[in-house]
Amino acid sequence: MSTTAKTRIVGAPVPRKEGIDKLVGRAVYVDDIERDGMWYGTTVRSTIPRGRITAITYDPRIDWTEFAIVTAADVPGNNHIQLIVADQPCLADGTVNHCDEPIVLLAHPHKNKLREGATAVRIEYEPLPAVLSIEESERQDLIVWGEDNVFKSFLLEKGNVDEVWAHAAYIVEGEYRTGAQEHLYIENNGMIAEWSATGGLTVWGSLQCPYYVHKTLKAVFDLPDEKVRVIQTETGGAFGGKEDYPSTLASHAGLLAMKSGHTVKMVYDRMEDLAATTKRHPSRVRHRTALDKDGKLLAMEIDLATDGGAYSTLSATVLSRATLHSCGPYVCPNIRVRSRAWATNMVPYGAFRGFGAPQAIFATERHMDEIAAQIGIDPVELRRRNFLHQGDRNATEQLMREPVILDRLLDRALAESDYYAKRERFARENATSPVKRGLGLATFYHGSGFTGSGELYLNSLAGVEVTADNKVRVMVSNTEFGQGTNTILTQIAAEALGLAFGDVTMAPPDTAVIPNSGPTVASRTSMVVGRLIERASLQLLEMLRSGAGLGAHASREEFFAACDRYRATQGEVKSLCHYEAPPGIYWDDKTYHGEAYGAYAWAIYLAQVAVDTRDYSAEVEDFWTVQEVGRVLHPVMAKGQIEGGVAQGIGYALYEKVVCQNGHMANNQMTNYIMPTAADVPPIHVIFEEIPFLHGGYGAKGIGELPHDGPAPAILNAIRDATGVSFNAIPLLPEDVFAVLAARELAEEPAIK
Amino acid sequence: MRGDCEAHDLIAPGSLSAVLELLAAEPGVWTPIAGGTEIMVAHAAGRLNIPKLVSLWGIGELRFIKVTADSAAIGAGATFVDIRRQAGLCESWPLLARAASWIGSIANQSRATLGGNLVNGSPAADSSPTLLVYDAEIEMISVRGRRRIPYCEFHTGYKRNVLASDELVFALHLPRRFSHHRQYLRKVGTRRAMAISKVALAGTALVDNGIVSEIRLGAASLAAFPARLYKTEESILGKPATPETIASARAALLAEAAPIDDIRSTAEYRKRVGANLVEEFLLELSQEDAKP
Amino acid sequence: MSECRSSITMRVNGESCTVIVAPMKRLLDVLREDLRLTGAKEGCGEGECGSCSVRMDGELVNSCLIPVLQADGADIQTVEGLASNGTLHPLQECFLACGGAQCGICTPGMLMAAAQLIERNPHPSIAEIREGLAGNLCRCTGFMRIFESVLAAATQVQNPEEDKADHAR
Repeated sequence: MSTTAKTRIVGAPVPRKEGIDKLVGRAVYVDDIERDGMWYGTTVRSTIPRGRITAITYDPRIDWTEFAIVTAADVPGNNHIQLIVADQPCLADGTVNHCDEPIVLLAHPHKNKLREGATAVRIEYEPLPAVLSIEESERQDLIVWGEDNVFKSFLLEKGNVDEVWAHAAYIVEGEYRTGAQEHLYIENNGMIAEWSATGGLTVWGSLQCPYYVHKTLKAVFDLPDEKVRVIQTETGGAFGGKEDYPSTLASHAGLLAMKSGHTVKMVYDRMEDLAATTKRHPSRVRHRTALDKDGKLLAMEIDLATDGGAYSTLSATVLSRATLHSCGPYVCPNIRVRSRAWATNMVPYGAFRGFGAPQAIFATERHMDEIAAQIGIDPVELRRRNFLHQGDRNATEQLMREPVILDRLLDRALAESDYYAKRERFARENATSPVKRGLGLATFYHGSGFTGSGELYLNSLAGVEVTADNKVRVMVSNTEFGQGTNTILTQIAAEALGLAFGDVTMAPPDTAVIPNSGPTVASRTSMVVGRLIERASLQLLEMLRSGAGLGAHASREEFFAACDRYRATQGEVKSLCHYEAPPGIYWDDKTYHGEAYGAYAWAIYLAQVAVDTRDYSAEVEDFWTVQEVGRVLHPVMAKGQIEGGVAQGIGYALYEKVVCQNGHMANNQMTNYIMPTAADVPPIHVIFEEIPFLHGGYGAKGIGELPHDGPAPAILNAIRDATGVSFNAIPLLPEDVFAVLAARELAEEPAIK
Repeated sequence: MRGDCEAHDLIAPGSLSAVLELLAAEPGVWTPIAGGTEIMVAHAAGRLNIPKLVSLWGIGELRFIKVTADSAAIGAGATFVDIRRQAGLCESWPLLARAASWIGSIANQSRATLGGNLVNGSPAADSSPTLLVYDAEIEMISVRGRRRIPYCEFHTGYKRNVLASDELVFALHLPRRFSHHRQYLRKVGTRRAMAISKVALAGTALVDNGIVSEIRLGAASLAAFPARLYKTEESILGKPATPETIASARAALLAEAAPIDDIRSTAEYRKRVGANLVEEFLLELSQEDAKP
Repeated sequence: MSECRSSITMRVNGESCTVIVAPMKRLLDVLREDLRLTGAKEGCGEGECGSCSVRMDGELVNSCLIPVLQADGADIQTVEGLASNGTLHPLQECFLACGGAQCGICTPGMLMAAAQLIERNPHPSIAEIREGLAGNLCRCTGFMRIFESVLAAATQVQNPEEDKADHAR
C-alpha cells in the first residue's frame, strides 16, 4: 500500500527540481525573453464603469502607420473568453461594463512609444448608470447582467430549519463581510505571441492552466486544436490570479501578432495589473443559528452573497465552494444555505487561493465566537461540542468515511500555544496595558479537488514516458508556479518506478507535448494528479514486465534496459492514465447532496494578536497552525505552503484593502496596496498530523489553499478576545478599529489610563 | 514603466560649482535629482513632467557628515545609510538615526538623501519631525553665496519652500543642545517597514522639578507640511505632566492639527492618533527616573 | 524630446562594460536589455518590492529607481555574480536546502539583500534579518524559510567546515 509504505523519495526534503536556475538568475520568465523583430503591446481601457462607446478617435499628431491597432472588429473567431459562461468579451464591442475593460490594443516596435500611443487614443462614451456593490445589484432596479443580475445561485438544504427556531434555547444572528483581495504575485501578467497564417498561433507566458488558454485561443482565432500551441514560461507566482486572466492576455497578444505580422510581447506594469486583472470576490454572509441549551447546533440558516464583477468568469464555481464550506466542520441536523453571485460593474472577480472558502469560513468562524460570547460558552468548548467525527454526516449528507481528528488537532494547538495560561495572563495585563493582547482560533476544513462530479468531468489524462536518452518525463498539464508541482510529481514517479530523483524530469509545459491533466487549481495536484502519476508509473512497470521482461525487483539499469527493449518493439515508452473516481462517490448537482469532495484537509489555526490602543493597530504576534493533509510529500515545501498561505491570510485580515473610486482601483500601486513585509509576519508554527488518504498520490490530500482559510477569522477572534469588541468585516484597518474604540473612549472620558 | 527615458535630458556636471552655475544661468529649467527615490517613481508612473534634470549624485561636496563639539553638519547629499552609520551622530541625535531607519527599506536608504527628503517636501517626510525638535538650521547655497535659516521656516505650504530657483540645499546643522533632553519619536504607518507615515510625532523636552521647562513637538502629516505644534507646546510649557496637562495638550493638538483624508488614512484618525502620541510622550515625561 | 545618449562604463560582476544609452534609462533596463542580465526583475517599478535589487558600490539599491547616468563608474553586483567559478554561494545553497525560493521571482533581489546583510553583519539575529530583508517582498513563502536560509548561510559563512545538514531543516 503506497500510502503507508516506507518511502525513499516521497516524504524526503529533496531539492526543488528547478531550484538551481531560480537561485542563479537563469530561470526564464516571460519578460526575460527578447526576440529579434519583437514588437510590444499595450491596452487602452475604459475609464468608466458602464456605458456605450460612441467614438474612438486617433490623434492625428501620432504617426499611426508605426503602430498595429486592434479592436473587437479584428477578432477572427468568437470575441469571448471561454470560461463557464462565455459572456466576457475579449475586447469591448460597443459597450463597456467595467472600468479598465480592454477596448483597443496597440503594438509598436519600441516599448517606450507605447504610452504616447495609448494616451493619444480617445474614447468617447455615453455613460450609463452602474451598479457598484452587492446591495445595489440585489435591489434589481438596475439590471446589468442577464435577467436579474444573478450569475449563479444555490440552495442547499438539510433537515428542516423552519421548525427549529420556536424551540431553540438560543438564536444568534450575525453579518460578516470580506473585501476584495489582490493576488500580488511579484511577477505581473505577461504573454508573447507569434502568429502565422499557415502555422497558427503560439503563445508563451505566465499562466497556470495551458489548456484553459488553449480553449479560448481556439475560439477567439477560430483555429483547430493543432494550430494553437500554449507554452508556460517560468511563472512568478499565481495564487489563482493566472487561472483565467491569461486567456484574455494571450488573446490580446495573439491579435496584435496577427495584425502586426510580428512577434508581440505584452507585459503589464504593476499599476495596470492591479487595476485591470481579477481579484478575490468580496462577500457578505448572514448567519442565523439555533442552538440547544448545551450549545449544540440545531440549525444554521445562511445567506451568502458574492460580488462577481461585470462578467461571470468563475463566479459560479467560487460560489459553489463558498456554499459547501459555509457550515463549518460541525454536526448540524438542519441547514439552509442560500447563496448568490451578483453581477456588478466592478472589474470581474476571479479565482484566488481558497476560492470562496476563505470568505465563507471567515463568517462561520467569527460567528462561532459570537455565539460563544452571547451564550456564555468558551469558544474552544463550543467547537468541541459540535465537531464532526468519523461516521457523522456533513451539510451535504456526506458520510465522513475517513478519520476526522479535529479534537486531537485542537488539543495540539492549545498545548503548543499555551493557550489557557496565556489567556489568563493577557486578561490580567490588558487591564493596565495600552496594548491589549488576545488569542483566537479558527477550526475548518478544505475540500480537495473539484467539487462533486467535477473531476469526472475533467477526465484528466496524465502519465510518464521514457525518452531514448533514459530520462523519465512526467506528462502533465499541471504547472509549477512556486508551490512545488515539479518536485512532488517527479518525486512520486521516481518513487513508484524505483529510480533516483535525478532520473525524472517534467515534460515541458507545452500543449504540443503534454496531455490535458486538468487545471492547476483547487488543491488537486498532489492528490488527484499525483495519484495519476503514481498509477501511470505502476502501469509502466507492468507494461515493461509483460512486454520487455523486466524482473520483479529490478535495478535502475535493468529498468532502462527494459525500456530500450520496449522501445525497440513498440516505438515509444509511454504510460498514461485517465482519472478514476474513488468508489461509491455520489453527487447530485441539483440538490447539492452527496460527496461534495473526495477528501478533506482539516485544520485548527490559532492567532495571538496585540492591539495597540494608541494607534489602533492590530498585529499578529504569533501564529500556530495544526493540520491534517494526508501524507506530507515534501516536508520543507509543505511547510512553505502553509507559511505562505498564512502570510496571505494575515494580509487579507489586516492589511490588504482594495480602494475603489467609481469602480476603478484607486490604490493601484504597491506603495498603497499593503501586503505584510518580512518585518510584519509573526513566527508561524506549522504542525502536521498525517493520515494517508487512500486515493491520493502516495496518500496526499490537497494543501495549497487550506492555509488561506484560517488566519482571518482566527485573527479577528483574537481581536475580540483582546478588546471585547466584535469586528465583523475585513480588511480591518487601524482606521476601522479607531472608529469603534475611539467612540468607546469618548464615552468613557476622561480616559487617562 | 510608463515613462519615456528619451523624453528627458539628464546631465551630471560633477561639481557643486558647476551645478550652481547651471542653475544660475538657466533658472527654473533644470531640476536637481539626487538619489532619485521620488523622481524615478514619478518617471515610472508616467508623471515626470520635467524635461531637464541635473544630477547631484556623486558630488562629494554635498555628501558629508561632520560632528563637532558644538554641532553636527549633515550635507544635503548624505544618504540615510550614511546617517545611520555615523556613530557620533546617532549617539547625540538618536531620533534622527531612528527616523533614518524607518525610511523605506535598506535599498531606499542607501540612495535617498537628506536634502532630497526635505526638498520633496511631503508632509509625511520621515526626517522632518526630528529636525524640527532638534532646532535644526538649513543652509542653502547658490552662486550668490550661502544663507542659513531655522529649518522650521523652510516649508511654506504644500510642497512649497523658500528655495530660490538657483538655490540648492547645502546642509542641515544640528546644535548639540539636546543631550539632556527627554526624547520621543513614533511613526505610525501602514506596516512595520516600507510605510509612508500616516502620522509621526517627534518630541524633545526638559523636565525640571516635575515642570516641563522646554518642549518641542514636530509632526508629520498633521498639516500641509512637516511642522512644529506650537499651540500644543504652549499648552504644556511650564506645567507638570499631569492628567490635566495631558487633557489640555490633547485638546490643543486636536484643534491645531489640520490633516487631510487621503488614500492612506483619514483626518480624524490622524488627529486622534496625534493626540495619543502626545499623551504617550507626556506619560513618559511624568515618569520620575526615566533616562533621556 | 531628447536624442542624447551617454556613454556609461560600469564594472558588472567583475567585468568592465560600456553602454551607450539615454542617461535616464533605468539601471534595471540597462542590465536586462543591454547587458542581457535578466536576473534582476521589475515587480513594481516604484522601489517597493525589491525584486530589482542589485548592489552598487557595495550598497543594496533598487535598480528600477536609478538613472543609469548615476551608475557611471560604479561597481555593480547582480545575482549572476553571486556564485563564483561554478560554486554556489552559501546563500544559494541554503536557499535550496531550506526552501527559500518558491516561484523564484523575488529570489535574485532577496539574495542580493541577504548577501548585503551577512557581509556587513555576519551574526544577524532574526530581528536583523527581518530588517535587512524588509524591502524585498515575497508573496509565496511567508518569509519563514527565507529567515532559516539566511541563518543557515550566516553560520556556514562563519564556519565553512561545519556540517550544513545541522542547519538545513
